Amino acid sequence: MDLNSRTPSGPIQQKWDRHRFELKLVNPANKRKYSVIVVGSGLAGGSAAATLSELGYQVKCFCFQDSPRRAHSIAAQGGINAAKNYQNDGDSIWRLFYDTVKGGDFRAREANVYRLAQISVNIIDQCVAQGVPFAREYGGLLANRSFGGAQVSRTFYARGQTGQQLLLGAYQALEKEIARGGVVMFARTEMLDLIVINGRARGIVARDMVTGKVQSHVADAVVLATGGYGNVFYLSTNAKGSNATAIWRAHKRGALFGNPCYTQIHPTCIPVSGEYQSKLTLMSESLRNDGRVWVPKQRGDQRPPDQIPDADRDYYLERKYPSFGNLAPRDIASRAAQEVCDDGRGVGPNGLGVFLDFADAIKRLGEDRIRERYGNLFEMYQRITDENPYRVPMRIFPAVHYTMGGLWVDYDLMSTIPGLFVIGEANFSDHGANRLGASALMQGLADGYFIVPYTIGDYLAGAKLEKVGVDHAEVIGTEGIVNERVLRLLAVHGRRTVDSFHRELGKLMWDKCGMARSAEGLREAIQLIPALRDEFWQNVNVPGSDAELNQALEKAGRVADFLELGELMCRDALHREESCGGHFRVEYQTDEGEAKRDDERFAYVAAWEWRGDGAEPCLNREPLTFENVQLATRSYK
Amino acid sequence: MNLKLRIWRQSGPHAAGRFVEYQAPGISPDASFLEMLDVVNERLIENGEVPIAFDHDCREGICGSCGLMINGVAHGPDPGTATCQLHMRRFKDGDIITIEPWRARAFPVIRDLVVDRSAFDRIMQAGGFVSANTGSAPDGNAIPIPKDAVEQAMDAAQCIGCGACVAACPNGSASLFTGAKITHLGLLPQGQPERERRALGMVLQMDAEGFGGCTLFGECQDACPKQISIETISRMNRDFLRAMLTLRPASTGAAGAG
Repeated sequence: MDLNSRTPSGPIQQKWDRHRFELKLVNPANKRKYSVIVVGSGLAGGSAAATLSELGYQVKCFCFQDSPRRAHSIAAQGGINAAKNYQNDGDSIWRLFYDTVKGGDFRAREANVYRLAQISVNIIDQCVAQGVPFAREYGGLLANRSFGGAQVSRTFYARGQTGQQLLLGAYQALEKEIARGGVVMFARTEMLDLIVINGRARGIVARDMVTGKVQSHVADAVVLATGGYGNVFYLSTNAKGSNATAIWRAHKRGALFGNPCYTQIHPTCIPVSGEYQSKLTLMSESLRNDGRVWVPKQRGDQRPPDQIPDADRDYYLERKYPSFGNLAPRDIASRAAQEVCDDGRGVGPNGLGVFLDFADAIKRLGEDRIRERYGNLFEMYQRITDENPYRVPMRIFPAVHYTMGGLWVDYDLMSTIPGLFVIGEANFSDHGANRLGASALMQGLADGYFIVPYTIGDYLAGAKLEKVGVDHAEVIGTEGIVNERVLRLLAVHGRRTVDSFHRELGKLMWDKCGMARSAEGLREAIQLIPALRDEFWQNVNVPGSDAELNQALEKAGRVADFLELGELMCRDALHREESCGGHFRVEYQTDEGEAKRDDERFAYVAAWEWRGDGAEPCLNREPLTFENVQLATRSYK
Repeated sequence: MNLKLRIWRQSGPHAAGRFVEYQAPGISPDASFLEMLDVVNERLIENGEVPIAFDHDCREGICGSCGLMINGVAHGPDPGTATCQLHMRRFKDGDIITIEPWRARAFPVIRDLVVDRSAFDRIMQAGGFVSANTGSAPDGNAIPIPKDAVEQAMDAAQCIGCGACVAACPNGSASLFTGAKITHLGLLPQGQPERERRALGMVLQMDAEGFGGCTLFGECQDACPKQISIETISRMNRDFLRAMLTLRPASTGAAGAG
């Protein structure tokens, strides 16, 4: 397949402005004749649905939760980046662009990242206008903090609940448009397939999760904003419902999947405590501003942490990366934690943890200041672990948090299926091989408020779409496939629960395709996953019927898709014979254990094409060229 | 630890419900309340029974999906804690735990412990927003806002929309939910132009949905996992009263329509 990113020509600073001018417009009176489906109601989907409706399009928005306000963007804690330079510390659009390209280990598309940095400033303005209560200084102006991977303070925040407040801003805009009649909302409704007619995305098949009714919705364009696929690992910081079904169905209908192996493992999560564990809880990275990460120097040092003197502690991030210290990027901090644990110096009951210690910060700033900054996070930690982090250091360990990979999109955020746009975490995104902290909220809102509303108009103005109704043969056919699959899941009547398969897949993925990957392990996983998938379809037990609220059935469909996606992730990880960002191959590292990129061979986006059940997927490459940022070894020393 | 559970089972919105008893042996005190239910459900499925339906998603106390009446208390015994963040160490070995859905006229049961809270979305549609279309915003620092005002607004803005306030209220009132949004936006300069329309629209919608009135029991703020204060209800009442006095009847209809 010929992958054309359709990146505009010209100097990088002018690309987006020029492109916006060149995009075809739909005149205001005609916009209301077009309909757009938005799947997902998080930062990307909610902002896109609201904005498209404000522009005059007829919008249908879908979410599987009982309200669009519950999308998992709500759980983002730390903040959102913007190149405002309000702190006068030398920030600029160029610096945010540079930091993001470098942070992504030079595996992102330069032009997209530059646009993201440009738009970042508008996002803050928009959110303030909506009443988002960002933290402020006594003079009434906006406050900022620093975040991992940056040496300037450019992160805007609302206590430890920034995602919540930004999402509620988008949600409120969405509710305003629902009230006006511009958006029809379908909550508790899950997309189960994409309708493609004459090569264009023309609708979705969705299941009403309360009645079980499977129904088709047609439109002139479809926007997927369904988030990431970290739950393929079973244990992750994602919400329990987060899933890959929408993007995976679209992939099987022809949308290429970009860089599926790029997974972000977040360094500051609460360690696993037992078999019953259903998810992992993130402790915001902002904690690393004041917390110091350490482990004992000696293996098996069983003294309580406050009795281990400084001389016997290894502040390994400060030691290894003196200029960034505890603020080293996520991939680096995570791998460093794994290394000290592998070395037998991990802390906590199972040795899989490191300390995040606030004693020095409390001494310096006082407990009140720390409570003001992180109070809700400390409470959350105490509730889960029963330990008081004001007195004893927190224990943290890396956990799957975000997936940089996703459906491949061009500069207009359109996938390889014309009319199918993919935004937010669901696309392969602007983060390359590693996302910097506070950049996910920025990207989701940039895509939804400020990019897709323009680019979709250009598509609609030029597409010459024929009218289709829900009685179209292709619609009926797709609906039939969905119904058949639902019934097939219920008909297995096996002996294992859906969760038991999901746990097994998750463990396999964590062991073989997690923080450190090897060719041997990945080859093994590529053998084991199809076997597990076969067993699933022969031995899964999904109780209940299709014509009711059936949470086991919902889960079963999602896990069936994870069982296919997991294999693709391993294939991608195996083919990428280099280490970059969140993808660390043990065979490719420097003598000091740092990631070793191979720009000669792998400076490209891997875009995988589905070739049918049982057939090997086909690899397509979009070469990445760096005209504005010099390719360099990423160093945070 | 070993527990005995009495759980409300109801197969659909129009079916009759009843309590069913389940044994839950071997539960880890470090498990969360929902993880305890996961374990029970896994065992039910293995025994060929239909698992218990309950809403949940983020499991870190912020999405507002989960919400159970635990021994008659919304979200259980810990203050400022959503059900998903309640841990079993809070209970004792041998305890009998009664688990029910939110009970309120405006929250009909869908199945087992799952209720329909879409009335909250409709209250928001009636004015819980600032009409600032994308693209029209001035610079973020153009309007300074006193830190104290933002902090107070944030206290109210933390509402997760779980519905515990309604479930805890003897009147089934949604005043804390509605008051929290009216307070959040009413304390900020951005919320001023629509302040009265908002109060009027949201309060009238709350009544139309079948929520009861507030008679200041104060149960809501005790049940609220974000510990939102009933002061927000005073603000709501003040804004509503002012709106009733200042907005002419012709425009009240418009406010109700958002």
